[in-house]
Amino acid sequence: MFSYSPLIVLFPLLGFLFLGLAGWRLRSEKLIGIIGSGSVGLSFLVAIMIFVHMLGLPVDQRKQSVELFTWISTFTGTPSSISVSVAYQLDQLSILMTLIVTGVGFLIHVYSIGYMRGDKGFWRFFTYMNLFIFAMLNLVLADNFLLMFLGWEGVGLCSYLLIGFWYDRKFDTGGYEPGKATTSDAAKKAFIVNRIGDFGFLLAMLLIFIHFGSLSFDAVFGRAAVLTPGSSIMVWITLLLFLGATGKSAQIPLFVWLPDAMAGPTPVSALIHAATMVTAGVYMVARCSVLYALAPAAMQIVAVIGALTAIIAATIGLVQNDIKKVLAYSTISQLGYMFLGMGVAAFAAGIFHVLTHAFFKALLFLGSGAVIHALHDEQNIQKMGGLRKYLPTTYWTFVVGAIAIAGIPPFSGFFSKDEILWKTFSSDYGSIPLWFLGVFGAGLTAFYMFRLVSLTFEGEGRYGHDVHPHEAPRTMTIPLIILAFLSVVGGLVGIPESLLGGNAVEHWLGPVFDPAYEKLRLTPHGVEATEYVLMILSVGVAAAGIYGARVVYIRRTELAELWRRKYASLHKLLFNKYYVDEAYDKLVVSPTVKVSDGFLWKGIDVAVIDGAVNGSARLIAMVAQNIRRVQTGIAQQYATVFVGGILVILIWLMFK
Amino acid sequence: MIVIRLEDLLYSAPLLVLTSSGLLALIAEAAGRDKPVISYYTSLIGVITSLILTFLNLGAGVPVFNNMILQGGYAAYCNLIFLSSALLSIVLSRSYLERMQYHRGEFYVLIVFATAGMMLMAAALDLTIVFLGIELMSICLYVLAGFMRKKELANEAALKYFLLGAFATGFLLYGIALIYGTSGTTNLVVISRSFAQLSGNSLFLIGCGMLIVAFSFKIAAVPFHMWAPDVYEGAPTTVTAFMSTGAKAAAFATFVAVFVRVFDIPGTALSSVLALIAAASMIVGNVTAIAQNNVKRMLAYSSIAHTGYMLSGIAAGNAEGEQGILFYLVAYTFMNIGAFGIVSWVEQQEDRKLKFDDYAGFSARQPAVAVLMSVFMFSLAGIPPFAGFFGKYYVFLAAVKADMTWLAIIGVMTSLVSVYYYLRLVVLMYFCEGESDVAAKVPLAAISAVTLAAVLVILLGIYPSLLVDMTKGFFKI
Amino acid sequence: MLETYIPIFVVIAGGIVFGIVMVKLNEWLGPRRPTDEKLSTYESGMEPVRTARERFSVKFYMVAVLFILFDIEVVFLYPWAVAFKELGVAGYITMTVFIVILLIGLFYVWRKGALEWD
Repeated sequence: MFSYSPLIVLFPLLGFLFLGLAGWRLRSEKLIGIIGSGSVGLSFLVAIMIFVHMLGLPVDQRKQSVELFTWISTFTGTPSSISVSVAYQLDQLSILMTLIVTGVGFLIHVYSIGYMRGDKGFWRFFTYMNLFIFAMLNLVLADNFLLMFLGWEGVGLCSYLLIGFWYDRKFDTGGYEPGKATTSDAAKKAFIVNRIGDFGFLLAMLLIFIHFGSLSFDAVFGRAAVLTPGSSIMVWITLLLFLGATGKSAQIPLFVWLPDAMAGPTPVSALIHAATMVTAGVYMVARCSVLYALAPAAMQIVAVIGALTAIIAATIGLVQNDIKKVLAYSTISQLGYMFLGMGVAAFAAGIFHVLTHAFFKALLFLGSGAVIHALHDEQNIQKMGGLRKYLPTTYWTFVVGAIAIAGIPPFSGFFSKDEILWKTFSSDYGSIPLWFLGVFGAGLTAFYMFRLVSLTFEGEGRYGHDVHPHEAPRTMTIPLIILAFLSVVGGLVGIPESLLGGNAVEHWLGPVFDPAYEKLRLTPHGVEATEYVLMILSVGVAAAGIYGARVVYIRRTELAELWRRKYASLHKLLFNKYYVDEAYDKLVVSPTVKVSDGFLWKGIDVAVIDGAVNGSARLIAMVAQNIRRVQTGIAQQYATVFVGGILVILIWLMFK
Repeated sequence: MIVIRLEDLLYSAPLLVLTSSGLLALIAEAAGRDKPVISYYTSLIGVITSLILTFLNLGAGVPVFNNMILQGGYAAYCNLIFLSSALLSIVLSRSYLERMQYHRGEFYVLIVFATAGMMLMAAALDLTIVFLGIELMSICLYVLAGFMRKKELANEAALKYFLLGAFATGFLLYGIALIYGTSGTTNLVVISRSFAQLSGNSLFLIGCGMLIVAFSFKIAAVPFHMWAPDVYEGAPTTVTAFMSTGAKAAAFATFVAVFVRVFDIPGTALSSVLALIAAASMIVGNVTAIAQNNVKRMLAYSSIAHTGYMLSGIAAGNAEGEQGILFYLVAYTFMNIGAFGIVSWVEQQEDRKLKFDDYAGFSARQPAVAVLMSVFMFSLAGIPPFAGFFGKYYVFLAAVKADMTWLAIIGVMTSLVSVYYYLRLVVLMYFCEGESDVAAKVPLAAISAVTLAAVLVILLGIYPSLLVDMTKGFFKI
Repeated sequence: MLETYIPIFVVIAGGIVFGIVMVKLNEWLGPRRPTDEKLSTYESGMEPVRTARERFSVKFYMVAVLFILFDIEVVFLYPWAVAFKELGVAGYITMTVFIVILLIGLFYVWRKGALEWD
């Protein structure tokens, strides 16, 4: 059964190749849509089959690598020999991620058929989407760092292509040259910021190769399992890896690209910038859990960065007016929770949150897409309202998503978020302040989500009279309903033992993280009573957030205006996202541009390098013009040179 | 009492089939009147059948015919190169020769016989077979070089090639005689057993030196390269493609067979001589190529330069060197034959449209062909992810491993120089205004052949281990 | 090993010295009275009329090449005849193939008209 795993990767690749080569000839959007989503659907089916097969196997046989071919093999026989295969590793973690990527991916592909209808780049869209799925599956299924990196870069490329999908549309990135920017500037921003993280990943990979002599997961983690914590090289490796993760998963300090990534079509935001790609960083940290276990200091940093990101993004989300940007900050915030989980050694809980988040965040994005669709590309929530009666399906599914993310039981978000918070409170690596930040963030989350719901769907319509909102077509609503269902029940696979559940996710993922747990010597803390108290507390906070939002934005709308005036400077600070973009622009972008333009380009490149290059080129051309005269065309002369050569060789042979 | 075993015939099937198809084509040509197409298809079928049989023969190498030749393994791998080169040349030649009004059935017969000679060269386990193969190949090539017999340049090319070739053959025989005189045998396997002892004998060394001279002539290495630019320029373009790929690969195949697989040259003076020749070829080839205005001549000098790169692998004399050359030969065959193929499309009668300037603005009228040509140029320049890059990478790696880092450095430096003249063509095609176009509509077969070459160049650039894994067991007989 | 060649080198050296000595001796001893007749090219008593460097018909080469080809065939046939019994059936087959290939060549040459002088 495992040997079928390359098929998972193959179908999206075939889809990409077919659509990329022949898509522009296909007239029928239906056909393109069927091929595009069908390829992902087939992958999903294969993944399910393998998953079912895996369920039937004993725990120790669930991990297996399938090698396709040797990709790079060089310096064989020397100490620096390197051999990398294109090989896919199936284990509990990677199959779970594969199911998320292909399952949610399939739904979003289907949704896109409706959403992208009539777009002139329809085939291009599905081409990129299939390429994305292919790259993401390589990232998730890779059995070595290099192949993972290939997928990592591949999803980055697709992200770039899809953010700038409508490359001629205006989009203000709020940075360099405001007002002139288009979506392709947003794409570039995402790409460049990600490069900084990728640089960290690359350096980490280099250090891993130097330190462990291999890039394959099995070899590296196997050797790491016998090390003891405390060496500084492990701190470097893990921190550099985490730098890579902060880029891809939009954490402090590299989170600035994600809100601008909303320039892409909404299904892209749902698939890439909410459900799958941005969780790659979390997945990578989880995959390297053994390495992190060897560097507890790095784990502390991961936890703090995660918690801070969760709070900061949530506060920004409170005041944003673009429906997709609110969701983007919410995504950043939720990713912060996942990293908080990683940092406090709650690896399984973090991955659990990846799973539930994929459901409800994809749902929310697709819902927002339906709203945008209904209002003809209006994204400002101040110009919405009252859509409840026009978009009933969208409304109810959106509310389900909002409740799930707010953390109200028994919706899925509650279980995963609470698991992280409980571990933050009780684990050896967590602490009360971190827990407090987490709970506070949860309250904020509930508040801004229901602010969004209230402003969008409740109250009176604030859009123009010429707009007649309409419910989305069925290709769009069916995925919404499925995702809503999953958002409700998705958490049931991880009901903690204290609530008499089996915590299936934790048990399923256990073998993957056991080496790390062993290294960390975790001792169970806390009693169930405490856990109940904390649970009730966080549910209470979430409920308060929901209630507050409904009061402020439905019943007493004047309050919002009042507070805005009263705390004008705070509002301004939040509305301008803590001026992070501006700060980066002043501190990094402008100086870099100035130095490259004035010094590196005009000073070094033109004067020194071009001068040297052109000079040596001229010199060689001169020499060449002289050498060509030797070639006279006279055969006798050729024979003479020939004999001269023989003499040199013979003399050399005799006297050497 | 000599015995011919059935296995001998079975293992040699690719060679036998190919030769028979050549003979059949010859009979057909003699019996019919002016029907070159018959010869075309006969030889095409022969080459393709032989190619298929060679694929079946790829397993371990087996000595056959009383240890005179080796079939399968190394020989089969090399045969793939020769046969692909022959196949592509034949396909490209038809339309080209028709256009040049030299379409004769003998052309294909000669290509087929030359290919048979090449196959003998790679298969040789005995110096007499080496000689036989080289002569069979060379004599056919002499005629092919002057195939356009009413053209002055072609006549000059053929005569020069023949005279200097005969000269080189003399040295080859002299070398074989000296080796036979000192070792008492012409069988390479027997010689390999006592090589360590023989290499102290200066007459044996001189014999080897003579072999190096003769082989260097065939691969066009400096200073025995002088014929190459004139011959490559004068010969029909598709013949040049065939000579610079198949014939060169064959000469390299024997060179490797003798000096890497049989002789244990690392550490001997032979190794340093080879390194010197390699360095000289890289420098002279690349630097002179810059000054050329004629694309065919540029490719001739570029071919000398590539000879230099590949020779570094032989000079290194280790397993990596052999693997590197074997990979390089394949990459080089496809990229060069592709480049020459496109040159033959642009070329017009009486040697017109062979200048660099005749490619100005090519991409505007022939976007697809321009892309193909760019692929070949980038690959020749050794830019990843094309096959040319990995070829260079492997041979330079071998040089570094054999403590000849200086050679690898010269290789990298001269490769940088080469980027200039390869990319010059790309720049002309894409960034200059001009009226250039292909001379006539290119037939589908020729387009497919060149496209196939380009696809292979890209495929091998992305996935080099496809070939490298095949060559792993070939080191030493 | 090289010392075994010493006698050969001695002979070569002796030959060179002898040759030079003889020519120089002749020059030194013999009288020298050149006339136009004596300086002209010897052409078996005929009057030399034009340059000897002129083009020959390619037919001469064809004949020469064909002669060499079949000459070599004979060179192969003789030892085969001598060792016919030892070489056995395999030898017979091999030689037949060889001769057939040559015959194909002959057929080609004949059909292409290379054997006709006019």
